[in-house]
Amino acid sequence: MKILVPVKRVVDANVKVRVKPDKSGVDLANIKMAINPFDEIAVEEAVRLKEAGHAAEVVAVSCGVDACQDVLRTALAAGADRGILVRTDAQLQPLAVARLLAAIVRREIPQLVILGKQAIDDDCNQTGQMLAAMLGWPQATFASKVRVEGDRVTVARDIDGGIETVQLALPAVVTADLRLNEPRFVSLPNLMKSKKKRLDVVPAETLGADLSPRWTTLAVNPPPQRQPGVLVKDAAELVHRLRHEANVI
Amino acid sequence: MTVLVIAEHDNVSLHVATRHAVGAARLCGGDVHLLVAGHDCATAARTAGRIAGVAKVWLASAPQLAHGLAENVAAQALELLAQEAYTHVLAAASTFGKSVMPRIAAGLDAGQISDVTRVVAPDIFERPIHAGNAIATVQALDAIKVLTVRPTSFNAAPLDDTEAIVQDMTPVDDAGTARVVAVERTVSARAELTSARVVVAGGRGLGSGAGFTVLEPLADALGAAIGASRAAVDAGFASNTLQIGQTGKVVAPALYVAVGISGAIQHLAGIGDAKVIVAINKDAEAPIFGVADYGIVADLFDVVPALVTALQEDEQKQLAA
Repeated sequence: MKILVPVKRVVDANVKVRVKPDKSGVDLANIKMAINPFDEIAVEEAVRLKEAGHAAEVVAVSCGVDACQDVLRTALAAGADRGILVRTDAQLQPLAVARLLAAIVRREIPQLVILGKQAIDDDCNQTGQMLAAMLGWPQATFASKVRVEGDRVTVARDIDGGIETVQLALPAVVTADLRLNEPRFVSLPNLMKSKKKRLDVVPAETLGADLSPRWTTLAVNPPPQRQPGVLVKDAAELVHRLRHEANVI
Repeated sequence: MTVLVIAEHDNVSLHVATRHAVGAARLCGGDVHLLVAGHDCATAARTAGRIAGVAKVWLASAPQLAHGLAENVAAQALELLAQEAYTHVLAAASTFGKSVMPRIAAGLDAGQISDVTRVVAPDIFERPIHAGNAIATVQALDAIKVLTVRPTSFNAAPLDDTEAIVQDMTPVDDAGTARVVAVERTVSARAELTSARVVVAGGRGLGSGAGFTVLEPLADALGAAIGASRAAVDAGFASNTLQIGQTGKVVAPALYVAVGISGAIQHLAGIGDAKVIVAINKDAEAPIFGVADYGIVADLFDVVPALVTALQEDEQKQLAA
């Protein structure tokens, strides 16, 4: 079968973002960008399924500007077979991304779509579920274990207070949580080799999807700043202050 | 204006997150209705009717709704939304709400505002982005607003003795493509990390997985959940179900005790909503002290046992008083 892995280009997880002085958004100028960490886990899972003989091809897809080719190259270096950039300069919200992905799914006919549970920039946690709904497919969010057997996939999901195991009929959408796997280290030779892999650019407007925004951002503010507190001398003083000053015990 | 809240329950009891969601729904204005979709869930529906501010409860009961499968619950909600006029659809931003709501949004051809922390106006909401390093104020443009709300940001609507009417609705057919084969509830005396009132978390400073056992008595004394920094998880000291931070869990306890945690950006992103932060670290230069309300610069293996003793003494004093 074929596995489609959508990947998003986001601010690197180790960068502390700053809000722009005009409060229109976060400052992305000269900031290190990277593949969304949860999508990296999704790529790894897809590649492992291929290595285990469950998939014939892993196709990575990203929606956005030309620079998104970087994260597609990362996915290719990690073992994806080819990449698709759905190219647009539009500011994409999850509903629009899901529409574009649904159009790609209809062209590529994968049996499984694996993507990160959420992107660490907008923290929406919507795209996979919306895609599944649009396709009329079942979904398994927050996956911590994925097992493919014939025309089914069994997924252990991290839910609040436990683990739920669901069985889905393929085709299906799975969203990756942190525990699913540890992505492999991408070696330089693999990164070089990935440049030879096929990467198609599809202009978003050729897919006929409605990309209109469904919300407008009125302002982006820094969170309330925490002030450094006080150093206390020992455990007894700490307990006293927690009891009588902070009132939290 | 009428707001629909998708209830979260186990067919018998209502999850407290639902009451927090009703708290948020009341701020959106108008009547609040609840959808309880489950199986043999009349008890949960009756409790739902006792939440203050709830005017009506829709009850759909069928085996295919027993486990809260997103495919079927979303279809049930969409059926109701096609029949009745609602201005908002809400659920708590729990793993249940996060799974179900985007399917409802897609079915309505509407955007979704996730993880709302403040209702500014019926169509304007605040939500954290970049793991809480920025707060966005957004205006929803669709006629119907689809929201998930962060339970810790809204007061739980209380239960009272007036019961709202419970109206049965025809359950939707089983989508037939997904089924729950097992549910393993974590059997732990400890609170769940994301909803715990107190969290004790350990970092690389614990030195080893065995070092984590030093946190157990402290967590017992505080009635706390235990968490870990990514550094501790990467070093193999703790399971990654415990990871707090940008790529782990976001916690919002009243008290957060960081033990041997340096305070990398990744970690701080997960604890920004903690009310009081305590840091215990022998490195006085650790960034965690820049955000902690109270800090102790000392060896954690001395401080933590002393803290347990001090807490027990304090407890005795409280009981005597």
